[in-house]
Amino acid sequence: MSAHVRPGWLEKPKPLTQAAKALALAAVVLLVCVPFLVIVSTSLASTDEVVDNGGWVLWPTDPTLDAYRDILDGGIVTHALGVSAGVTIVGTLLSLACTVTLAYALSRPGVFGSRPALLLILFTFLFPPGMIPSFLLVKELGLLDNYASLVLPVLVNVFNLVVLRGFFQGIPEELYEAARLDGAGDWWVLVSIVLPLSKAALAVVGLFYAVAYWNSWFYASLYLESDHWPLQQVLRTYVVAGSGLTDATTGEGTVTAPQTVQMAVLVIATVPILLVYPFLQKYFTRGVLTGAIKS
Amino acid sequence: MLPGLAYFLLFHYGALVGNVIAFKEYVPFDGLWGSPWVGPGNFQRMFEDGAFWDAVLNTVWIAVLQLVFYFPVPLGLALLLHSLTWSSVRRFVQSVAYLPHFISWVIVVALFQQLLGDTGLLNSSLDGMGLHTADIIGNPDAFKPLVVAQVIWKDAGWGTIIFLAALAQVDEQQYEAAAIDGAGPWRRFWHVTLPAIRPVVVLLLIMRLGDILSVGFEQMLLQRDAVGPETAEIIDTFVYYQGIVGGDYGFAAAAGLFKGVIGALLVYAANKVAHRLGEQGVYK
Repeated sequence: MSAHVRPGWLEKPKPLTQAAKALALAAVVLLVCVPFLVIVSTSLASTDEVVDNGGWVLWPTDPTLDAYRDILDGGIVTHALGVSAGVTIVGTLLSLACTVTLAYALSRPGVFGSRPALLLILFTFLFPPGMIPSFLLVKELGLLDNYASLVLPVLVNVFNLVVLRGFFQGIPEELYEAARLDGAGDWWVLVSIVLPLSKAALAVVGLFYAVAYWNSWFYASLYLESDHWPLQQVLRTYVVAGSGLTDATTGEGTVTAPQTVQMAVLVIATVPILLVYPFLQKYFTRGVLTGAIKS
Repeated sequence: MLPGLAYFLLFHYGALVGNVIAFKEYVPFDGLWGSPWVGPGNFQRMFEDGAFWDAVLNTVWIAVLQLVFYFPVPLGLALLLHSLTWSSVRRFVQSVAYLPHFISWVIVVALFQQLLGDTGLLNSSLDGMGLHTADIIGNPDAFKPLVVAQVIWKDAGWGTIIFLAALAQVDEQQYEAAAIDGAGPWRRFWHVTLPAIRPVVVLLLIMRLGDILSVGFEQMLLQRDAVGPETAEIIDTFVYYQGIVGGDYGFAAAAGLFKGVIGALLVYAANKVAHRLGEQGVYK
């Protein structure tokens, strides 16, 4: 259970200090949790209750799933949810594959051209190409209104690459040598030795990619027609910008979604992150990142 | 390694070459290469454009506000968390505090609207108590503090990671030795804790100064229309509205290139200063 160890040399804290600390910690937890509580509660409340309460509910008296039923029965949000899930899964797998292979090549000494390649890559961090040239490039490549435009232009993230490379470099050299003596080729070493030892780093980098793809909306607004939009971009247009939602069933006219439905979309866009987060959170504290940041 | 490298060559260096458009006038029919050259014309137009300088000013101003009001928060929070001896409480607060970092800007902005808007939680409560309502969302005067508050809410928790890592590196024995020598909590903080985190603080400050022409593009784009460009236009949104929305690609790319070049120079200069001060800097 909880380790509550006070080193012998440490003074007993004054009650006042302790109270101040407890207050600060409670404030942090409340500031993060209350907003989520409000949107979840409001999404579960009945429309009448929300109106009576002036637009929000802290705790629904008579919870109902109506709002979720409304948006999940095959309308625009259901489609957007599918797009987001697809882009996130395919994008994360592609990004991981490309980042792992590149990081592995850059982490081994003596790979031909790896030094200039690394400098070339790090330079892009210092000097990104800019929005307009990137947009024109995607246009010239004919990727407009193609889901690939959400993945290919952000395929490998330099930070993630550096994290993985640092982690691979931390693997003891003896393991590589032993494998090589057994006659293992580069691919086999990567698959049978490096990857199994790097589960924590892969989990963190995979999470970063997945979160980035799931949360991405700007590229969708730039490159895709509105009927191909992922969830976050749908959310943006009709919760943040407050415009009406095109009637999903008829495709004509707009209906301004009731508050409960808007909040339900917010919840659906947040829930996948809340679900994955606890499983991966433990790796953050284990120094996967900090080791790489130092390098 | 080839697909990854090909990606960098195509989407970074390929796009980098596309910056030549900054010296051209983009004609959609002729494409990137066929469009006529206009020399430094786009840059001249940009330097004479008051809206561009407004955007530069807004960007730097918001970055400075963030430096003053955001930057100390993760540091303070890290020190607070580090001082906790009850590790399960500490881990719980850490987990909660990291979470907002993974929430998209769309959701963060929506949350702030819901809580602080005209009919939001705050104003309904104030109204219910018979008090004046606070005009926060959509109020140009409140906009800059609002965006700084959003950054604090989203990233202050996550920002503690790097400070906590530095604090964890300190050998417990140093604290113990100092305590035995009669150093109280403040002197231990001053002589043990502070030297341990100083390199990290300097490093982060340098990176922030080098990046002073960037403030959250997505965050600003989402809220620009609510308060208008006078308050909310930053260089990146200027590029977006001139280029993508307005179709004036050459002009917009010139503004983007201006930002890229100045930004790279700033990082370079900040790094030089760090080495001069005997710190590590971002690169060697």
